[in-house]
Amino acid sequence: MRMSEFIIRKAVSANLAGVQKEAVIREMVENIRLAGYFKGNEEDVVKAILKRELLSSTGIGDGVAIPHAKHASVDRLVGTVAVSTKGVPFDSVDNDPVYVLVMLVSPQERPSDHLRALEGVSRCLKDREFVQSLRKAGSPQEIWDLICKHDRGA
Amino acid sequence: MTGESARQTVVITNPQGFHMRPMAAFVEAAKRFPCSVTVTRAGMAPANGQSILSLMGLVAVQGTELVIEATGDRAAEALQALLLVLQRTYDEEQEPER
Repeated sequence: MRMSEFIIRKAVSANLAGVQKEAVIREMVENIRLAGYFKGNEEDVVKAILKRELLSSTGIGDGVAIPHAKHASVDRLVGTVAVSTKGVPFDSVDNDPVYVLVMLVSPQERPSDHLRALEGVSRCLKDREFVQSLRKAGSPQEIWDLICKHDRGA
Repeated sequence: MTGESARQTVVITNPQGFHMRPMAAFVEAAKRFPCSVTVTRAGMAPANGQSILSLMGLVAVQGTELVIEATGDRAAEALQALLLVLQRTYDEEQEPER
């Protein structure tokens, strides 16, 4: 599944305000809510994502994290991308701060959608040049254009 | 690195498929051994068992057959460790969220 198929354009952020793990997760969930994609309480989604992070960090190294959860408040898999220019401590596998975050929230009973979305995310994030470009992006629009461009080339 | 190699086919039994937590545990286990590890799904290029981004490309839902292959020093030992990771259920994540 291509990133542009599940990333909510209006929820993309090029400059996260938060500098702590919980704060940036909250900020990204709020961005998805503001875009109109939750039918329930977003606080529950924040809790589900934090609970998942407690099991093991989704900071996969090289400055990237993929916080996610299954939650009944979405009808379909939705995601967002956020960039932190300052870097966020995330208990990552390499202990380095994260700069690029891809959040996924999927309905309870759709494990294959989640795995297909991860495949789309991996296709983009494996491309170091793409990740570097995201980090330098000055606006949500620029991030969105980079994602679409990468998807077209994939 | 010797030419030692060990291989086994496994079927993903987890209803959630081969998802990020088992992938992270798999990569962590694979990195403990001085051998290379590949995970191959029929018809696809082998994924690097020491890279979670590579494993994420597999899209191994429940029922998918994967060939795990370790090559190099302690390959047989590595394979056993990796199979153990795949046998875990990781079901603490399956509690319904409210």
